[in-house]
Amino acid sequence: MSDLTRLDAAAMAAALAAREVSAVELTQAHLDRIAEVDGPVEAGVHAFLHVDGEGALARAAELDADRARGEELHPLAGVPVAVKDVMVTRGLPSTAGSRMLEGWIPPYDATVVEKMHAAGLVTLGKTNMDEFAMGSSTEHSAFGPTRNPWAFDRIPGGSGGGSAAALAAFEAPLATGTDTGGSIRQPAALTGTVGVKPTYGGVSRYGLIALASSLDQGGPCARTVLDTALLHEVMGGHDPRDSTSLKDPVPAVVAAAREGARGDLTGVRVGVVAELGGTGHAEGFQSGVLQRFAEALDHLRAAGAEVVEVSCPSLEHALGAYYLILPSEASSNLARYDGMRYGLRVMPDGVHPSEVTAEQVMAATRAKGFGAEAKRRIILGTYALSSGYYDAYYGSAQKIRTLVQRDFNAAFEQVDVLVSPTAPTTAFTLGEKLDDPLAMYLGDVATIPANLAGIPGMSLPVGLAPEDGLPVGLQLLAPVREDARLYRVGAALEARLKADWGGLLLDRIPAWTPAPTIPATSLATTAGASA
Amino acid sequence: MPALPREEVAHLARLARIDMPDAELDHLADQLTAIVDAVASVTGAVAAAERATGEPVPATSHPVPLTNVTRPDVVHGVLTAADALAAAPEAEDDKFRVPRILGEDA
Repeated sequence: MSDLTRLDAAAMAAALAAREVSAVELTQAHLDRIAEVDGPVEAGVHAFLHVDGEGALARAAELDADRARGEELHPLAGVPVAVKDVMVTRGLPSTAGSRMLEGWIPPYDATVVEKMHAAGLVTLGKTNMDEFAMGSSTEHSAFGPTRNPWAFDRIPGGSGGGSAAALAAFEAPLATGTDTGGSIRQPAALTGTVGVKPTYGGVSRYGLIALASSLDQGGPCARTVLDTALLHEVMGGHDPRDSTSLKDPVPAVVAAAREGARGDLTGVRVGVVAELGGTGHAEGFQSGVLQRFAEALDHLRAAGAEVVEVSCPSLEHALGAYYLILPSEASSNLARYDGMRYGLRVMPDGVHPSEVTAEQVMAATRAKGFGAEAKRRIILGTYALSSGYYDAYYGSAQKIRTLVQRDFNAAFEQVDVLVSPTAPTTAFTLGEKLDDPLAMYLGDVATIPANLAGIPGMSLPVGLAPEDGLPVGLQLLAPVREDARLYRVGAALEARLKADWGGLLLDRIPAWTPAPTIPATSLATTAGASA
Repeated sequence: MPALPREEVAHLARLARIDMPDAELDHLADQLTAIVDAVASVTGAVAAAERATGEPVPATSHPVPLTNVTRPDVVHGVLTAADALAAAPEAEDDKFRVPRILGEDA
């Protein structure tokens, strides 16, 4: 079998079950592909921070032996997966993209990592990300940026740019993400891949290095809607170790994806969110993004869906509320990096070791261990929570959160799912917004509201923007606990687009060439900004 | 909206326990002022919503309300001392070794 890495996960699983390919062959094919395209950072995709070739091949050999003995295996057993570096893995480095955790080897597995291991998914390695998942470009990784496999001078989105790029570069068929304000959906949109943020509580947060605990949600990333559903069912479910984990069974997302793939959406009501690129709100949205979005709406209508525009006026303030709530929670969560029990410890300059205090060590450690964006958000959160400002900022932001939820609840009385462009623009150039945090934040405008409300969201590719030839994503949103609706509508849209295109959007990705097109100055800017 | 003067950013950095040189403070003060300006509209937006309905808007701290999450008090597997200390910057006698924490002035 040639070019195994081009198959989707469902096809890989079928080939494994039919013994047309072994897990070792499949794993080796991906390791070869990673060796070909992933590094070094100056010239490769740099989707991975750590590749565990030995461990992956050993696990694959175990699974092949189990299969040969006739053991009943999970349908995905032997399919490789790339794990975002924010998920802790026993015995494998887990840095969350930060110098603070460089060299740290966690003594336990995240629940999702345990579940994937039990299902026989083979972990290839850990993927690059913005430091502690703070960012929309993966440029805030302390270990250098990831490049967009569609155009090497472009960002892959963030924070989960490594996972998305690994999928788009055929380095892995499945990957994991975490989505606090769009970190699964926005990279999916910018790389022509699929990503889902489940309902808050649908996937355990145990062992996910915390950014903002009331917003963080782990979820699946893949190249097709069905593959995303297959991984969702492995990752999801109640976890007694996460007190915010929902008690509900995992939604039947695979069945929904299969039903949707038949392409019939008769009776489904789709609401276009006016405030996210709709009538009177096109400002800030790239014309090619709106064009492909409008064409996707035509496909939904052709599939039998009723498409109407709905208004959620509070979304105008969602970005502001998010950038108060997130830094507040982050400043608290990141207080744990104090240089005492694990991770980096830096001794302050000019103080005799016998005189040095814990507090001085903490301040020196955090100065050296955190990058520019982490420091910005910690300070902003410290400000928003400080006495005198708490009610005006954090308190108001929590009330906006209520208003956003109310708007979504009202919208979902009229329609079954909501849609918008996932991101207002296609992938921007490396370095372009690195030192302009506000410009970077504006890219999250369409994804943030779902995190504030806890509702599930999906991004799937709907074409290339005519002006730059880069992928455009469409976002689907559904009510809390109705994740299956995303998969039904997403699979139907995907099926129609595939029929139009004669395959997946990713089939059109330019062949990878080792010649770097990234200017050296962009990389230098990245390093300088965190100095 | 008040700008964030450098002195205030320096104070916040001390509260957050991050050593920060002057140049970094200046740069951050400008950026944080711009960010705070952009997000401060939430205060007015809440006031407007409350005026429009005549009702206070309750705060939401958690997207899916859960109350009194409990579980049986059962002993599960725990990390061994060796596992917990394996990543410690410094350890001694099966304990974390840390710099002195008493007699600080900050």
